[in-house]
This record gives sequence, structure tokens and C-alpha cells, in this order.
Amino acid sequence: MSTTVTTPMSRMTALARAELTLLGRTKGTLFAALFVPLVLPVSAREAAGEMDLAGAGLTIGTVVLPAAIGFSLLFAVYSALVGSLVARREELVLKRLRTGELRDGEILAGSALPAAATGLVQSLLLAAGCFVLLDMSAPPAVYLSVLGLLLGLVMCVGLATVTASFTRTSESAQVTPIPLMFLSVMASGMMVPLEILPEKVAAVCEFLPLTPVMTLVRGGFTGDLSAGEVLGAVAVAVAWTAFTVFAVRRWFRWEPRR
Amino acid sequence: MEANEHEHVIEVTDLRRVYGGGFEAVRGVDFSVRRGEIFALLGTNGAGKTSTVELLEGLAAPAGGRIRVLGHDPYTERAAVRPRTGVMLQEGGFPSELTVAETARMWAGCVSGARPELEVLTLVGLKTKTGVRVKQLSGGQRRRLDLALALLGDPEVLFLDEPTTGLDPEGRRETWELVSALRDRGTTVLLTTHYLEEAEFLADRLAIMHEGRIAVTGTPAEVTASEPSRISFELPEGYFVGDLPPLAELGVSDHTVDGRTVRLRTHELQRAATGLLVWAERAGVELHRLDVRSASLEEAFLGIAKEAAAGAAPTKEYAA
Repeated sequence: MSTTVTTPMSRMTALARAELTLLGRTKGTLFAALFVPLVLPVSAREAAGEMDLAGAGLTIGTVVLPAAIGFSLLFAVYSALVGSLVARREELVLKRLRTGELRDGEILAGSALPAAATGLVQSLLLAAGCFVLLDMSAPPAVYLSVLGLLLGLVMCVGLATVTASFTRTSESAQVTPIPLMFLSVMASGMMVPLEILPEKVAAVCEFLPLTPVMTLVRGGFTGDLSAGEVLGAVAVAVAWTAFTVFAVRRWFRWEPRR
Repeated sequence: MEANEHEHVIEVTDLRRVYGGGFEAVRGVDFSVRRGEIFALLGTNGAGKTSTVELLEGLAAPAGGRIRVLGHDPYTERAAVRPRTGVMLQEGGFPSELTVAETARMWAGCVSGARPELEVLTLVGLKTKTGVRVKQLSGGQRRRLDLALALLGDPEVLFLDEPTTGLDPEGRRETWELVSALRDRGTTVLLTTHYLEEAEFLADRLAIMHEGRIAVTGTPAEVTASEPSRISFELPEGYFVGDLPPLAELGVSDHTVDGRTVRLRTHELQRAATGLLVWAERAGVELHRLDVRSASLEEAFLGIAKEAAAGAAPTKEYAA
């Protein structure tokens, strides 16, 4: 008899592989995840063309690329993961998984891996695409962009799990991600750079979950973030992520309500 | 591993479970299961069987009482217990868009010492269905897939929650034989069922639950022994119950008459049946629809439901 003992990594890999197969078979989610982040930046570009960007020290590229990455985080990671987590709960898959050796955190992380990987690959492709198509110059602080992207991925996985905690059915999972997505698009510096908003409004928007991600990603390309601004952004992102860990531990439901 | 015959693999003491709304589903349950034993939890729907088993599986923390599975608390010491148990939930738990083979591969990746997937799928008769999506399986086939996954890690303890619901009679018989064979190899099995013949066929010991409590527990023979046997027949034309020999002298404890049908209950089946048949022979009448049957679990089961409905039903326990 074989005596292979599973490890957290082997268990999460097995789960992530199955989730990836499922992602490939859920056409609606796949379309929204892959297509929308490629199309919406075009409209952002239209909007950006009408703004006084130069006055705010921005270019079309430094507006469109962070927006595109933001859309990828929202559609390919956040919204897609809310849908798949709720579907797995409805099918009692999460309950079934909990009867085995997987720990709770491994189940959530393994389920999230394909969505997070989609977001990562898509963001890198978008960066490469923008770089070529929009004649962007070499980013002076690319590590900030990478840091922002990674924080964004982890945070969106956490936010998706929190949203799934409060979403009962797959039907409602079509709706429950919308508020955060809408808020982020409008007020986290995706479609509208915070620099051109009134100062008081912008100050509040700094504390929205996706704002620090946008700030860091864009900062990597403009190179104009001070150390204080970087630390502030990282602190907000970490705080949101910590909140999601707390909220998931407290409110996440593994079984449908009856 | 040294298998100690008398080792209690599962020990449950004063177990309680209360749901969010305050509903008390399990109200002080005690039992233990020895290594290599099949223990069945019977009960009507809502009796608390699944609520109990889920606690044993470690899916939730009990509201009170104590559980030991293989010497550990299945909820707080999850990591120590899970590699040694196999679980078949009451329903589903598979993504509908995965195929049978993909589902088994995923689960095998999460089970220490997993057997080859195809071997287990063959064992439950799903060898030819490996490429089929779970959503296209029949209810019975899904039960078999669930059983296959529970068996993947060659568990020491197997929890089966209604393992044959939705199976046809042949499939049910195959599952019974599979579970018996596992017991013969030393696997400890805790199963819930509402098929009484399933418990009669499989269980070494059983408990009948009612409203969150165990109403009776023991071997199937012990549980049925206290129940009366039954005789029923149609009174011949022109005869009345009064024409029968005195029923008390035949060892009949009570009787009912429904139209021409007479039903007798007795703890002395041979004596009652002989007395009745000798009387019929002498009277020269034929007893139509004569049915003589010894006590079965069904009697015990219905008796408990009736007793409980009538009021207090103290727990009956037989020394095992």
C-alpha cells in the first residue's frame, strides 16, 4: 500500500487544479473575467482623453494601465471568485472538502488560486500591451507596481471570500459584488484619477480598498510617490486584508442555510 | 497495527447539538463503537441521526458532551483524525461540471495514502463512467462515487450517512456486501439509514434515535427480542373472535379485529400459532390470509415511534 502523506501544498494543488478545470467550463465567468478587463480600458482611454492629465502629472498610459489592472482584479479575481465560492457552497462541495484532510484556510486558498493566477497573468499581459501600444516609458519604480499588484490580488481574494460570506445563492452572487466594483471603479482612482478630485473627497477615497493598489501600481510608472505615500498605501492595503481575514473567520459559511 | 478487539474506536458521551435558532437536534446521546464493528443509527427523518454523525465527523463543535474518534476530539484535533477516517455525506458535495475521474483525482490529491482512483471506482462499479460529468450521473451513481471517495484513503473508520438512498435493490445489495467485506478487514463503520433491512443485514449493533435521543440500543437480535411477534388471519364465515380458544391461554398479549381480519401479538409465537392451528384443524375451517411472522426491527422501530408519541420513552439498553 502506498504511504504518501499529503502536504498543504499538495492538497491545495489538487484543489486548484480542479477549480481551474471548472473555471474553463463556466463560460459566463470566463468571458467576464477574460474579456471585460481588455475592453473597459479602451473606454477609460476615451475618458482620459478628455481630462487635464498633464496638469496632474499623468499620461494616458499611467491612467489606462492601472485602470486595466483594476478591472482585472475586480472581474477576473473578485467577482469570479465570489461566484465560484458560492456555487461550491451550494453544491455542498465546501462541506465535503471539510470532511477531509484539507484545513479551512487551504480550502479557501486552493479555491482562489486559479482566479488569482488569472488576475496575475492578465495584469502582466495588460502591462506588456499598454507598454507597447501606448508608448509608455520604462517605469522608474516597477517594484511598487508589482507590490501593488500582489497586495491587490491577496486583498481581492479576501474581499471575495467576505462577499461570499454574505451571499446566499448563485443568483445573488451576480449582484452582491456590484457595490464594491462600482465604488472601486468610480472612487479608487481607476476611471477618475484622485488627483483631479476635490481634496476632501480624495482624502476619503484614499481609504477605499482598491485605492492603495491603484496608487502603488501607478506610482511605479510615474515614480513620484514619496516614502510616506508608499507606506500609507501599503498600510491601508494591509489593513483591508487583515479585516478580510477577521471577517472570513467570523462570518464565512461553509454550508447553505436551510 | 495491533488491532485490539475491545478497543473503542468511537466513544460518545452525553452529546448535544443545538442549532442557531435554538433547536436542540441532539439531546444527550451516549454510545460507543468497537474496532471492526458496524454500528447503525436508525431513526425517522429529523430524529437527529445526521446531526449526530456530523459531530462525529468533526464538521461542527458539539454544544455539550464529549466525542472521541480514535482517541481524539474530531473537531479540535482534526489533523490527527482526518487521515484515518472516510466520510460519505448524506448528499452530494461534488462540482457538477467535473467528470467522475476528475473528481476522484482531486480527492485523491487530498488523501494521505490514497489508493489508485481507478481501483476504487472499479470497486463501486463506476469504472465505465470515468469520463461522465457528475451532473449526468443518476442519484445512485452519485452515491457510489461518494462511497468511492470515502474509501480512497483505506480509512480505519468509515462514516456512511444513508449510503444506499437512491440505489436500486441490486445496487443496495452490492453496497451491503462491500461494507461487510470492509468490516471483515477490520474497518469500523458507523452508518445511518432509514432502511430497516439494511441495519438488519449489516449492523453488529444499532441504536434507534427519536427526537434527538437514543430510544433503544443493542444487537439487532436484542432489540427485536423484546418486541412481540405477529399473527394475522381472516375469521372464517360465521365465526367470531369469541369462538377462538381463550387468547390469553395461547400466550397472546393483545389482539385487534378489523372487519374480518384478526391481528394477534405474542411473545410466544410457537405456542400461539400451534394453538390457533390446532383449533382451526379441529373446527374444520381454513384461515385465509394467514400470516405468521416473528418480531423484526420494523416492529421495534414502529413500537418506539408509537411509545414516544404517547409520552415518556425511557432508553432501553442491552448489555453488549
